[in-house]
Amino acid sequence: MSEFDAVRFIRAMSRSGHNGMLGIGYHAHGPDWTELALPYREDLIGDPATGILASGPIITLMDMATSIATWLKSGEFRPQATLDLRIDYLRPAEPGKTVIGRGECYKLTRRIAFVRGEAHDGDPAHPVAHVAGTYMFTNVD
Amino acid sequence: MSTEFTSPYAATLGLRREGAGVTMPFADGLLGRPGFLHGGAMAGLLEFTAWVAVLDALPEGATIKPISVTVDFMRGGAMTETHAEAQIVRLGRRVANVLVTAWQDDRAKPVATANLKMMIDRPA
Repeated sequence: MSEFDAVRFIRAMSRSGHNGMLGIGYHAHGPDWTELALPYREDLIGDPATGILASGPIITLMDMATSIATWLKSGEFRPQATLDLRIDYLRPAEPGKTVIGRGECYKLTRRIAFVRGEAHDGDPAHPVAHVAGTYMFTNVD
Repeated sequence: MSTEFTSPYAATLGLRREGAGVTMPFADGLLGRPGFLHGGAMAGLLEFTAWVAVLDALPEGATIKPISVTVDFMRGGAMTETHAEAQIVRLGRRVANVLVTAWQDDRAKPVATANLKMMIDRPA
Protein backbone atom coordinates (compact mmCIF):
# COMPACT_ATOMS: atom_id res chain seq x y z
CA MET A 1 0.00 0.00 0.00
CA SER A 2 1.20 3.44 -0.85
CA GLU A 3 1.86 5.70 2.12
CA PHE A 4 2.12 8.77 -0.03
CA ASP A 5 -0.88 10.96 0.82
CA ALA A 6 -1.92 12.11 -2.65
CA VAL A 7 -5.05 13.97 -1.57
CA ARG A 8 -3.18 16.08 0.96
CA PHE A 9 -0.26 16.66 -1.39
CA ILE A 10 -2.51 17.78 -4.26
CA ARG A 11 -4.48 20.10 -1.97
CA ALA A 12 -1.26 21.78 -0.84
CA MET A 13 0.09 21.98 -4.38
CA SER A 14 -3.14 23.52 -5.69
CA ARG A 15 -2.77 26.50 -3.38
CA SER A 16 0.34 28.02 -4.95
CA GLY A 17 2.70 28.10 -7.90
CA HIS A 18 1.77 27.20 -11.44
CA ASN A 19 -0.76 24.51 -10.51
CA GLY A 20 -2.52 27.04 -8.31
CA MET A 21 -2.46 29.63 -11.08
CA LEU A 22 -4.12 27.17 -13.46
CA GLY A 23 -6.64 25.95 -10.84
CA ILE A 24 -5.61 22.27 -11.07
CA GLY A 25 -7.27 20.12 -8.39
CA TYR A 26 -7.71 16.55 -7.13
CA HIS A 27 -10.11 14.14 -8.83
CA ALA A 28 -9.17 10.51 -7.93
CA HIS A 29 -6.20 8.22 -7.32
CA GLY A 30 -5.08 4.58 -6.98
CA PRO A 31 -1.87 2.68 -6.12
CA ASP A 32 0.05 3.89 -9.19
CA TRP A 33 -2.19 6.49 -10.82
CA THR A 34 -3.94 9.76 -10.14
CA GLU A 35 -6.53 11.91 -11.86
CA LEU A 36 -6.42 15.71 -11.66
CA ALA A 37 -8.98 18.22 -12.88
CA LEU A 38 -8.32 21.37 -14.91
CA PRO A 39 -11.51 23.48 -14.89
CA TYR A 40 -12.19 25.49 -18.05
CA ARG A 41 -11.22 29.13 -17.72
CA GLU A 42 -11.23 31.97 -20.21
CA ASP A 43 -7.71 33.11 -19.36
CA LEU A 44 -6.38 29.68 -20.41
CA ILE A 45 -7.75 29.87 -23.95
CA GLY A 46 -5.17 29.52 -26.71
CA ASP A 47 -6.98 31.23 -29.55
CA PRO A 48 -9.88 33.57 -28.68
CA ALA A 49 -11.49 32.89 -32.09
CA THR A 50 -12.26 29.29 -31.09
CA GLY A 51 -12.47 29.44 -27.28
CA ILE A 52 -10.46 26.21 -27.11
CA LEU A 53 -8.13 25.72 -24.12
CA ALA A 54 -4.46 26.18 -24.99
CA SER A 55 -2.44 22.99 -25.02
CA GLY A 56 0.11 24.34 -22.50
CA PRO A 57 -2.22 23.99 -19.48
CA ILE A 58 -2.89 20.38 -20.54
CA ILE A 59 0.88 19.67 -20.49
CA THR A 60 1.06 21.14 -16.98
CA LEU A 61 -1.92 18.99 -15.92
CA MET A 62 -0.32 15.82 -17.30
CA ASP A 63 3.13 16.67 -15.90
CA MET A 64 1.61 16.94 -12.43
CA ALA A 65 -0.64 13.88 -12.75
CA THR A 66 2.21 11.67 -13.94
CA SER A 67 4.60 13.07 -11.27
CA ILE A 68 2.14 12.22 -8.50
CA ALA A 69 1.71 8.74 -10.00
CA THR A 70 5.48 8.13 -9.54
CA TRP A 71 5.23 9.07 -5.83
CA LEU A 72 2.16 6.86 -5.39
CA LYS A 73 4.00 3.89 -6.91
CA SER A 74 7.15 4.70 -4.90
CA GLY A 75 5.09 4.96 -1.70
CA GLU A 76 6.77 8.27 -0.82
CA PHE A 77 7.61 11.69 -2.19
CA ARG A 78 11.00 11.66 -3.93
CA PRO A 79 12.71 14.63 -5.54
CA GLN A 80 12.81 14.16 -9.30
CA ALA A 81 13.53 15.94 -12.54
CA THR A 82 11.48 15.54 -15.71
CA LEU A 83 13.71 14.14 -18.45
CA ASP A 84 11.12 14.28 -21.20
CA LEU A 85 7.42 14.44 -21.82
CA ARG A 86 5.70 13.80 -25.15
CA ILE A 87 2.11 14.81 -25.70
CA ASP A 88 -0.12 13.87 -28.63
CA TYR A 89 -3.09 16.15 -29.15
CA LEU A 90 -5.86 13.82 -30.31
CA ARG A 91 -8.59 16.43 -30.58
CA PRO A 92 -9.35 19.87 -29.10
CA ALA A 93 -11.00 19.93 -25.66
CA GLU A 94 -14.55 21.24 -25.87
CA PRO A 95 -14.88 24.85 -24.66
CA GLY A 96 -16.52 25.07 -21.24
CA LYS A 97 -15.66 21.53 -20.15
CA THR A 98 -13.32 20.53 -17.32
CA VAL A 99 -10.37 18.45 -18.52
CA ILE A 100 -9.50 15.37 -16.45
CA GLY A 101 -5.89 14.20 -16.69
CA ARG A 102 -5.01 10.63 -15.67
CA GLY A 103 -1.35 9.87 -15.07
CA GLU A 104 0.03 6.37 -14.47
CA CYS A 105 3.50 5.19 -13.46
CA TYR A 106 3.91 1.82 -15.19
CA LYS A 107 7.57 1.13 -14.36
CA LEU A 108 10.03 2.20 -11.67
CA THR A 109 13.74 1.49 -11.79
CA ARG A 110 16.34 2.62 -9.25
CA ARG A 111 16.74 6.00 -10.94
CA ILE A 112 13.98 6.31 -13.54
CA ALA A 113 10.17 6.40 -13.50
CA PHE A 114 8.33 5.66 -16.76
CA VAL A 115 4.91 7.24 -17.07
CA ARG A 116 1.98 7.49 -19.43
CA GLY A 117 -1.42 9.10 -19.32
CA GLU A 118 -4.48 10.40 -21.06
CA ALA A 119 -6.66 13.49 -20.76
CA HIS A 120 -10.37 13.67 -21.57
CA ASP A 121 -13.18 16.21 -21.21
CA GLY A 122 -15.95 13.98 -19.90
CA ASP A 123 -15.69 10.63 -21.65
CA PRO A 124 -12.51 8.61 -21.00
CA ALA A 125 -13.24 6.63 -24.18
CA HIS A 126 -12.70 9.82 -26.23
CA PRO A 127 -9.44 11.29 -24.96
CA VAL A 128 -8.19 14.74 -25.99
CA ALA A 129 -4.52 13.98 -25.37
CA HIS A 130 -2.09 11.13 -24.72
CA VAL A 131 1.28 11.50 -22.96
CA ALA A 132 4.41 9.44 -22.33
CA GLY A 133 7.41 10.54 -20.33
CA THR A 134 10.32 9.78 -18.03
CA TYR A 135 11.44 11.21 -14.70
CA MET A 136 14.79 10.79 -12.96
CA PHE A 137 14.99 10.59 -9.17
CA THR A 138 17.59 13.08 -8.03
CA ASN A 139 18.26 11.59 -4.57
CA VAL A 140 20.00 8.46 -5.95
CA ASP A 141 23.78 8.34 -6.53
CA MET B 1 2.54 38.59 -41.31
CA SER B 2 3.21 39.79 -37.82
CA THR B 3 1.51 37.70 -35.18
CA GLU B 4 0.04 39.67 -32.33
CA PHE B 5 -0.34 38.04 -28.94
CA THR B 6 -4.08 37.67 -28.75
CA SER B 7 -3.88 34.40 -26.81
CA PRO B 8 -5.29 34.72 -23.28
CA TYR B 9 -3.04 31.84 -22.14
CA ALA B 10 0.05 33.67 -23.48
CA ALA B 11 -1.07 36.72 -21.50
CA THR B 12 -1.55 34.55 -18.39
CA LEU B 13 2.08 33.39 -18.74
CA GLY B 14 3.16 37.02 -19.37
CA LEU B 15 4.78 36.16 -22.73
CA ARG B 16 6.20 38.90 -24.93
CA ARG B 17 8.07 38.98 -28.21
CA GLU B 18 11.73 39.77 -27.93
CA GLY B 19 14.15 39.71 -30.86
CA ALA B 20 13.48 36.64 -32.96
CA GLY B 21 11.86 34.78 -30.10
CA VAL B 22 9.60 34.96 -27.08
CA THR B 23 10.41 35.83 -23.46
CA MET B 24 8.61 34.66 -20.32
CA PRO B 25 9.28 36.85 -17.27
CA PHE B 26 9.47 35.13 -13.89
CA ALA B 27 6.34 35.15 -11.71
CA ASP B 28 5.37 33.24 -8.56
CA GLY B 29 2.52 31.72 -10.54
CA LEU B 30 5.05 29.86 -12.73
CA LEU B 31 6.68 27.92 -9.89
CA GLY B 32 6.68 24.15 -9.76
CA ARG B 33 8.78 22.53 -7.03
CA PRO B 34 10.10 25.16 -4.63
CA GLY B 35 12.67 27.39 -6.28
CA PHE B 36 12.15 26.14 -9.83
CA LEU B 37 9.94 26.96 -12.80
CA HIS B 38 7.16 24.47 -13.51
CA GLY B 39 7.96 22.24 -16.49
CA GLY B 40 4.43 22.87 -17.77
CA ALA B 41 5.03 26.63 -17.92
CA MET B 42 8.27 26.02 -19.83
CA ALA B 43 6.41 23.71 -22.19
CA GLY B 44 3.79 26.44 -22.69
CA LEU B 45 6.53 28.93 -23.62
CA LEU B 46 8.19 26.47 -26.03
CA GLU B 47 4.91 25.63 -27.70
CA PHE B 48 3.82 29.23 -28.04
CA THR B 49 7.20 30.19 -29.53
CA ALA B 50 6.78 27.53 -32.21
CA TRP B 51 3.21 28.63 -32.83
CA VAL B 52 4.10 32.27 -33.57
CA ALA B 53 7.14 31.30 -35.68
CA VAL B 54 5.05 29.02 -37.91
CA LEU B 55 2.18 31.52 -38.23
CA ASP B 56 4.72 34.21 -39.17
CA ALA B 57 6.05 31.98 -41.95
CA LEU B 58 2.62 31.22 -43.42
CA PRO B 59 0.37 33.34 -45.67
CA GLU B 60 -2.40 35.40 -44.09
CA GLY B 61 -5.44 33.31 -43.23
CA ALA B 62 -3.56 30.06 -42.58
CA THR B 63 -4.25 28.27 -39.29
CA ILE B 64 -2.28 25.65 -37.37
CA LYS B 65 -3.04 22.95 -34.81
CA PRO B 66 -0.53 21.06 -32.68
CA ILE B 67 -0.23 17.33 -33.47
CA SER B 68 2.46 16.36 -30.98
CA VAL B 69 5.03 18.03 -28.74
CA THR B 70 8.03 16.36 -27.13
CA VAL B 71 9.82 18.39 -24.47
CA ASP B 72 13.31 17.51 -23.23
CA PHE B 73 14.16 19.10 -19.88
CA MET B 74 17.90 19.65 -19.41
CA ARG B 75 18.22 21.85 -16.36
CA GLY B 76 15.91 23.06 -13.63
CA GLY B 77 14.52 26.45 -14.61
CA ALA B 78 15.65 29.14 -12.17
CA MET B 79 13.44 31.95 -10.86
CA THR B 80 14.37 34.35 -13.64
CA GLU B 81 13.18 35.16 -17.15
CA THR B 82 13.31 32.50 -19.84
CA HIS B 83 13.87 33.07 -23.56
CA ALA B 84 12.91 30.78 -26.41
CA GLU B 85 13.59 30.74 -30.12
CA ALA B 86 12.14 28.46 -32.79
CA GLN B 87 13.79 26.91 -35.80
CA ILE B 88 11.41 25.71 -38.51
CA VAL B 89 13.13 22.58 -39.78
CA ARG B 90 10.58 21.93 -42.49
CA LEU B 91 7.56 23.93 -43.57
CA GLY B 92 5.51 21.56 -45.68
CA ARG B 93 2.12 22.06 -47.26
CA ARG B 94 0.32 20.23 -44.44
CA VAL B 95 2.86 19.77 -41.65
CA ALA B 96 5.51 21.94 -40.01
CA ASN B 97 8.40 20.38 -38.06
CA VAL B 98 9.78 22.80 -35.49
CA LEU B 99 12.60 22.74 -32.94
CA VAL B 100 12.50 25.23 -30.08
CA THR B 101 15.24 25.96 -27.56
CA ALA B 102 14.73 27.73 -24.22
CA TRP B 103 17.50 29.25 -22.13
CA GLN B 104 17.92 31.67 -19.25
CA ASP B 105 21.16 33.55 -18.56
CA ASP B 106 23.36 31.69 -21.02
CA ARG B 107 22.14 30.78 -24.47
CA ALA B 108 24.74 28.00 -24.68
CA LYS B 109 23.09 26.27 -21.71
CA PRO B 110 19.55 25.34 -22.72
CA VAL B 111 17.03 24.61 -19.96
CA ALA B 112 14.70 22.77 -22.32
CA THR B 113 14.09 22.00 -25.99
CA ALA B 114 10.93 20.95 -27.78
CA ASN B 115 10.27 19.10 -31.01
CA LEU B 116 6.84 19.93 -32.43
CA LYS B 117 4.69 18.72 -35.29
CA MET B 118 1.96 21.09 -36.39
CA MET B 119 -0.88 20.60 -38.84
CA ILE B 120 -1.30 23.44 -41.32
CA ASP B 121 -4.55 24.56 -42.88
CA ARG B 122 -3.81 26.93 -45.75
CA PRO B 123 -6.46 29.27 -47.14
CA ALA B 124 -8.05 27.83 -50.30
